[in-house]
Amino acid sequence: MSLELAVAAALFVGVIAYAVLGGADFGSGFFDLTAGNSSRGAELRTLVDHSIGPVWEANHVWLIYVLVIWWTGFPESFAAAMSTLVLPLLFALLGIVLRGASFAFRKYAATLAQARLFGIVFATSSIITPFFLGTVAGGIASGRVPLDGTGERWSSWVNPTSLFGGAIAVGTCAFLAGVFLVADARRSGQERLADELRVRALAVGAVTGVVVFAALVPIDRDAPTLAAGLEGRAAPLVALAALAGAATIALLWTRRYAVARVTAVLAVAAVVSGWGVGQYPWLLVDEVTITDAAGATATLQGLLVAVGLAVVVVVPPLAYLFRLTQSEEWSRPGH
Amino acid sequence: MLAPDVVTALTHLAAEAEPAGLLPARQQMALSLGWHIVLACFGVAFPAMIFAMHLIGIRRKDPVALELAKRWAKVSAVLFAIGAVSGTVLSFEMGLLWPGLMGTYGDVLGLPFAFEGLAFFLEAIFLGIYLYGWGRMPPKRHVLMVLPMAVTGVVGAYCVLAVNAWMNAPTGFRIVDGAVTDVQPWAVLFNLQTFVQFAHMWVGAYMLAGFTIAGVYAVGMLRGRRDAHHRLGFLVPFVFASIAAVTQPFVGHVLGFGLDERQPAKLAAFELAETTESPSPLRLGGILVDGEVKYSIDIPYLGSLIAMNSPDEPVPGLDTIPEEDHPPVNLTHLAFQTMVGIGTLLAAAVVWFWFQRRRGRDLLERRWFLRFAAAAGPLAVIALEAGWIATEVGRQPWIVYGVMRTPEAVGDYSASLWWLLGISTVVYTAMTVGAVVVLRSMARRWRAGDADLPSPYAPEVPAGEHG
Repeated sequence: MSLELAVAAALFVGVIAYAVLGGADFGSGFFDLTAGNSSRGAELRTLVDHSIGPVWEANHVWLIYVLVIWWTGFPESFAAAMSTLVLPLLFALLGIVLRGASFAFRKYAATLAQARLFGIVFATSSIITPFFLGTVAGGIASGRVPLDGTGERWSSWVNPTSLFGGAIAVGTCAFLAGVFLVADARRSGQERLADELRVRALAVGAVTGVVVFAALVPIDRDAPTLAAGLEGRAAPLVALAALAGAATIALLWTRRYAVARVTAVLAVAAVVSGWGVGQYPWLLVDEVTITDAAGATATLQGLLVAVGLAVVVVVPPLAYLFRLTQSEEWSRPGH
Repeated sequence: MLAPDVVTALTHLAAEAEPAGLLPARQQMALSLGWHIVLACFGVAFPAMIFAMHLIGIRRKDPVALELAKRWAKVSAVLFAIGAVSGTVLSFEMGLLWPGLMGTYGDVLGLPFAFEGLAFFLEAIFLGIYLYGWGRMPPKRHVLMVLPMAVTGVVGAYCVLAVNAWMNAPTGFRIVDGAVTDVQPWAVLFNLQTFVQFAHMWVGAYMLAGFTIAGVYAVGMLRGRRDAHHRLGFLVPFVFASIAAVTQPFVGHVLGFGLDERQPAKLAAFELAETTESPSPLRLGGILVDGEVKYSIDIPYLGSLIAMNSPDEPVPGLDTIPEEDHPPVNLTHLAFQTMVGIGTLLAAAVVWFWFQRRRGRDLLERRWFLRFAAAAGPLAVIALEAGWIATEVGRQPWIVYGVMRTPEAVGDYSASLWWLLGISTVVYTAMTVGAVVVLRSMARRWRAGDADLPSPYAPEVPAGEHG
């Protein structure tokens, strides 16, 4: 593997991690928003709080990781994407700011009225953010981001691939969140809530599956380079996404929630990797390849040192945090 | 018909005219950075104070200290959340507003950001563990979970300062025929300039967070809440802030060494040196009007002594620097002196406090001192903001000193970028109001005796109604 490719792979691991871990946090906003009025939704909202509270900031850092590796490893393409896709990026950024702030505010809100206000902001922005990030992916994947940064400011992200990208992002986030929340509800002994969530997770899963595969039709015309990749090199990943998605539905159906989490993660990771492998070797599709976009060699080596260090110093505590949140003591309500 | 010289003048003007997006982009950056920097200070300094308080609680089996640590952890959860998102804003803005900088120098300045990302990662992970670990982990292990946050906050600050130091004193690359080559990213991360600049900010962060937190308890004491809780809540952050405040003048002075060679225009603006005078006076206050210094109080010799470490070596004046390389002089000068003035005041005040305490006099019994202590937090914020204004505005018109001018770095935006600034102002105001409302309500409920602050997601059910 060349140096450039190794850095790009490290970058893309970050994209997948953000899509899965950050995605599950964003997706919980969908369930929060649709939980019903304050008396009916209180239990679910408390569960959402409890599930993503300890982890959302850590999961959010994957986005920072992606941005930093991108601008350090492939600076010109980063500047180009930022310039062309400024609008969806700003909308996503607004969503990120509102989501994080209002989530923290809601947890310590004094009154129901305040909690409701912050809750609506939190839940709505949790849906908006992945949508716009999805349109960004679509703009890059459909070859609408020229390297000189002079792409169209609107049509670069208001186009079939981008809109489906946005819908897929929202759908996969909600799908992951649904599966994780069902499992969390059962672990804390809230069987009734788990049953309620199960039905909705099944519905979200079915809709998302349809959207993901329906997207292949417009992508074929709108993003031929990506389509060729999806039909070729990335075809196994597309198949894996379908299989893992179907398996998740089956596992939810049969109430095997713990295992369903694994297949759900696999399905979403396969969808996201399908995009990445599908557009390989392009970094900005039809504009610049990974190799040509790479920055200075010494910097790429430095980045790999940073990534290596991350594996050593970040992954163990991250695993510890996840293990704690899944443990018996941490599943107790309260706090 | 236009005379030829008018035409030449107009073309010249057009070439000189700033891109329409430059001013709004700079204001946008100033707003988002100025807002984030306050929270970043808490991210750097608060964990160490929480650790100290928590440790006191465990060592002395002191319930007051434990309760304080627990509350501070909850406060830090709110502050870190808005700090994390406002920090993300900056990551986006680096590319959105300054594609010329990032596209050209991304691989030169980027590596420190990668390590900053790692530090932030660890900080977020341990925040989650520490915050939710209360009562769920063995206490002795639990208290250690805040320690990595104290370390990573420092590492993260160092990395960010490395980038800023690089913008002031670019290193680690060469320009050959207009192309950036021979990139040495490690040289950007590790150099003396970075270290000194970091030290200045690090100490400043402890001042800001320490004085602000102590100030909260000073206000409580002013309102008559003179219990062990308030005394301890005041003293622990005040000790941190005191050490920082007496160290800061020295660190700041060391940072100034050689500024006459690194960035002569910035130094001239700091010192309001229009002409080169030997020896240079220290100019307190004053502004430059039409190239003349007005309304300043000049103290002879002191300018040379402080800025140049010499009795007669002059501060090089602005007249030695081409006009097009001058920063906005008045703003730089006044911001710099605001920082130095407040820093000196705070240092003197803490020395006085501890001196009196040694002599057995407790200034916490004096209302005037408590009022001053309550104001010290906002003063430290103003000093820190002023310091950043001084160094950033003083570097203009360069974004990378001597290498890239700010207009070359800014994105291709029209004046509609002002809209972004308008929206951002609204969002940041709302976020500030939200944080204040929530933090005050937490304090109110704690005073009323609530401990856990349960989430109020459902309407309260009157007791007995549902059996």
